[in-house]
Amino acid sequence: MSGFLSSSIAKKVAMALSALFLIFFLIIHLAVNLTSLFGENVFNELSHFMGTNPLIQFALQPILILGVVFHFVLGFVLEIKNRKSRNVKYVKYNGAANATWMSRNMIISGGVILAFIVLHFVDFWIPEINTKYILGDMSGQFEGETSFRYFTELQHKFANPWRVVAYVVAFILLALHLLHGFQSAFQSIGFNNKYTSCLKSFGKFYAIAVPLGFIIIALFHHFNH
Amino acid sequence: MNMNLTLKVWRQKNAQTKGKMVDYKVTDISEHMSFLEMLDVLNEDLVKKGEEPVAFDHDCREGICGMCSLFINGEAHGPDRLITTCQLHMRKFKNGDTIYIEPFRAKAFPVIKDLIVDRMAFERIQQAGGFISVNTSGNTTDANSILIPKHNADLSMDAAACIGCGACVATCKNSSAMLFVSAKVSQFALLPQGRIEAKERVLNMVRQMDLEGFGNCTNTEACEVECPKGISLENIARMNREYLSASIF
Amino acid sequence: MSTLNSKIPEGPIKDKWTKYKDKINLVNPANKRNIDIIVVGTGLAGGSAAATLAEQGYNVKAFAYQDSPRRAHSIAAQGGINASKNYMGDGDSDYRLFYDTIKGGDYRSREANVYRLAEVSSNIIDQCVAQGVPLARDYGGQLDNRSFGGTLVSRTFYAKGQTGQQLLLGAYSAMNRQIARGKIQMFNRHEMLDVVIVNGKARGIIARDMITGEIERHSAHAVVIASGGYGNVYYLSTLAMGSNATAAWKAHKKGAYFANPCFTQIHPTCIPRSGDYQSKLTLMSESLRNDGRIWVPKKLEDAKAIQQGKLKPTQIAEEDRDYYLERRYPSFGNLAPRDISSRAAKERCDAGYGVNATGEAVYLDFSTAINRYGKEKAFVLGIHNPTQEKIIELGEKVINEKYGNLFQMYEKIIDENPYKTPMMIYPATHYTMGGLWVDYNLMTTVPGMYCIGEANFSDHGANRLGASALMQGLADGYFVLPYTIGDYLAPDIKTGAIPTNTPEFDEAEKAIRERLEFFINNKGTHSVDYFHKKLGKIMWNKVGMGRTEQGLKEAIVEIQQVREDFWKNVKVPGAMNELNPELEKAARVADFLELAELFAKDALERNESCGGHFREEYQTEEGEAMRDDANYAYVAVWEYTGKPSEAVLHKEELKFEELEFKTRSYK
Repeated sequence: MSGFLSSSIAKKVAMALSALFLIFFLIIHLAVNLTSLFGENVFNELSHFMGTNPLIQFALQPILILGVVFHFVLGFVLEIKNRKSRNVKYVKYNGAANATWMSRNMIISGGVILAFIVLHFVDFWIPEINTKYILGDMSGQFEGETSFRYFTELQHKFANPWRVVAYVVAFILLALHLLHGFQSAFQSIGFNNKYTSCLKSFGKFYAIAVPLGFIIIALFHHFNH
Repeated sequence: MNMNLTLKVWRQKNAQTKGKMVDYKVTDISEHMSFLEMLDVLNEDLVKKGEEPVAFDHDCREGICGMCSLFINGEAHGPDRLITTCQLHMRKFKNGDTIYIEPFRAKAFPVIKDLIVDRMAFERIQQAGGFISVNTSGNTTDANSILIPKHNADLSMDAAACIGCGACVATCKNSSAMLFVSAKVSQFALLPQGRIEAKERVLNMVRQMDLEGFGNCTNTEACEVECPKGISLENIARMNREYLSASIF
Repeated sequence: MSTLNSKIPEGPIKDKWTKYKDKINLVNPANKRNIDIIVVGTGLAGGSAAATLAEQGYNVKAFAYQDSPRRAHSIAAQGGINASKNYMGDGDSDYRLFYDTIKGGDYRSREANVYRLAEVSSNIIDQCVAQGVPLARDYGGQLDNRSFGGTLVSRTFYAKGQTGQQLLLGAYSAMNRQIARGKIQMFNRHEMLDVVIVNGKARGIIARDMITGEIERHSAHAVVIASGGYGNVYYLSTLAMGSNATAAWKAHKKGAYFANPCFTQIHPTCIPRSGDYQSKLTLMSESLRNDGRIWVPKKLEDAKAIQQGKLKPTQIAEEDRDYYLERRYPSFGNLAPRDISSRAAKERCDAGYGVNATGEAVYLDFSTAINRYGKEKAFVLGIHNPTQEKIIELGEKVINEKYGNLFQMYEKIIDENPYKTPMMIYPATHYTMGGLWVDYNLMTTVPGMYCIGEANFSDHGANRLGASALMQGLADGYFVLPYTIGDYLAPDIKTGAIPTNTPEFDEAEKAIRERLEFFINNKGTHSVDYFHKKLGKIMWNKVGMGRTEQGLKEAIVEIQQVREDFWKNVKVPGAMNELNPELEKAARVADFLELAELFAKDALERNESCGGHFREEYQTEEGEAMRDDANYAYVAVWEYTGKPSEAVLHKEELKFEELEFKTRSYK
């Protein structure tokens, strides 16, 4: 097993498994957020539940963060190793002739997504942690109010057009990342058979639909607050 | 309609010295020539002038030995598909074109001279397990006593068609050798004779592949496109499966 | 001083090999590790021999000029490998394969050797399947066969159009297993430049490391030459660019007799040449003749119009086509043996019926087969009254499954779609039946020097049948040499390692060094290729498919002139102590220039037509070869005495005890 963990294939499988986990997470995230398009109540309830449920907060949330960090760190490690494996570069390299831009630039799309996640943490996660665990306010409400604060905060965040632009750009890059990453993850774990063409189509649908969903949410709240 | 071309060719005296791109002109090139015949013309010219001809690997000149290896205009074996450099014909170029000719590049494929690279890494990977441990004495069972479904025999043959040229490594942005290694692993994994050692084989070959300093596969699929024999990516997925099950169980 | 002893064992032909194997000396396993064997060349014969000898316990040093054994030119064999398995139940047997091979070789091969070949052929298939060679299977999971030229049974096993590749990779994998165990020491990018004889025995070689240029000495108790054929003496051939005769020729100069050099196979189905820059000719597998029909226009004016590009083959009506093989050889038709098909193509082209701009091409047409397969397939699919388009679509699919890679190769080279327009083909040099003379043990006239595969002369007589070269290479390497070599090595178990610091090695190395230095310092006026092309033209025109006394005499003089010119004016740039392809070529062409003369001399001496050797003076009224069994039923074995022109002829009489001479008829 020790040889296994240090092998190139094991690293790829680890990338793929973390990717599949994140792909799954994106669906949950999108599903919760989509409720915000149809009014405040459901979204607020769900947000409060997820924000205060100990299982989610102290088990799933750390796993998620670990998954994200793992995926990024390993991604960068592999990128560095891969660059080193060609010590003299080609004078002319026509990468577009045989591979998509997405597949060749996962590090770029991934980097942009990383920058976005930082922004996203600053926007939502850090204030949330601050409120709940530093200030100790687990009520999920603004002071002196009786309804939950989540929906209002959400709308407030998307008031700034630059933030919306940043989100839209990031989600486009996420789509590009997923356009390659979805199918790639399956290939890495050894899934390539007669179902692959179906899976590829579904992957494309997923890669476009999910980021589009997030974009719609951002735009919706920008124009409807 | 004959062509005049500008060639930008990588020249490097030996493994120890640094190389550089050098410009050459070739004239009156027929569209029916193969790419290597065009280089023959250049070399004949260089010999005439008393200069050293450009060294490049080639042998069978019919696309099967896997010896020829050029990176032409940014692509392994040039702009055509499902062929080796020796089968590339000049009709793929136009009069006045500038053609970049570089060696296959990877840390695991060091340049020996000019356009010739050392592909011994592939040899060592094969030696690590690219065989069935059966004695060659001929004291085996009748060939038809091992029945093999046609589908599997055909898939095995498709994988075995690999010529070991290294285009997959050269074209991969990560210099990964996964297509090459997986082709051999798959050929045997698909046959009942090969199943017996399948586990050790895949573990040993992958270990050697990693030791040689090839990069990691990121599934860009460029190798499949550039492979002269059209070796399928399914082989890589199969090797991943084989490797996983061999490691875990 | 004829000293030829072919050492054919006594007894009935069917028992010779079995009984012989039971009696010959063996080397005890513990002693094998004290014995070194050098194998030069790692194609099917050399690769299989190296693997098997190593597996038996000998220390093997294997040499290849390519960067890997997998690149040897055996890899280019397309069609298949014969074996008398009789899986098809069509009456095949060892005896029939033996008979077909002797007949195909025009009664110029040794009965005992050929029978042994047929006998072990089945074992080769078993061996290869065990090794994981993915030979073609039918839907029941059993091995599939197809038919090849010159036989009336289906006995050819194949792996798509890449049978040679797969068999070689099988031998290569067996080698890899031994390399990993340390039993084979592999010397890639090394070229043997001479053999070293110590006390009359072959005891080592001089080789050049082609990367560093270093001249190296390697010693062993026996040397096996498996360096392939010498077809590149024609410059243009279907051989690899690097294929050369140096190992065999140097062995010859050191005492190994050379047999039947004039027996060359000109393969009928190759892609025609297109210009002077041409560096090599590409083979289209003989298997294509299973389904392709060969024709030229019946009318001379049609042929002229095609040559000028005014007419397309598809515009020629069926009744205006001359399917000349079917016309001349109704029973074998398009599957007539190679020598006969090649000559028939030349005959038509010489008469002016050739079909490309050079007038040197004939058509290989698949439209009939496409139609037939299309209809069959439509029936299977239950399509009643299929349209012509549907039939062609289905038929092309079937053809694609069978020959897809060959069709693709053709299209890439010629830039025409062979599904729609007939292929153009023309004969090209492909294989040399001649080679170093060997006895039943595959040992040359130099003790301890063996020769296997195409490099020896033994099994194919004057013409090789399709799919027999792979069979012979593997038979020699896997099943014959590993037994017979023990008989010679048995007394050598106490000899100990052969030292390389002896005068014999000194001398051999010095000679090689001087020769290479000469090339570098000569600073002549012409490149090596210039001379090689000149030699090739002489050989093709005067020692090619049709030979005459006068032509051969001229050729000998012209070859001598080119050789003289070469040694005066050859120009080799670069240095000795580096990778230098021009220097490698110079050393090879120097040997071709000598071998070519012996080749022509042998052709001149053989006043008969047989197999691939066609002397125009000796033909029947219908233009068929006329053999002279009374005077020429022998192997012409040449001893080197200082110059090719002064080579001394020895004759090994061919005794046919099992078979009678018959005029070879494929009508």
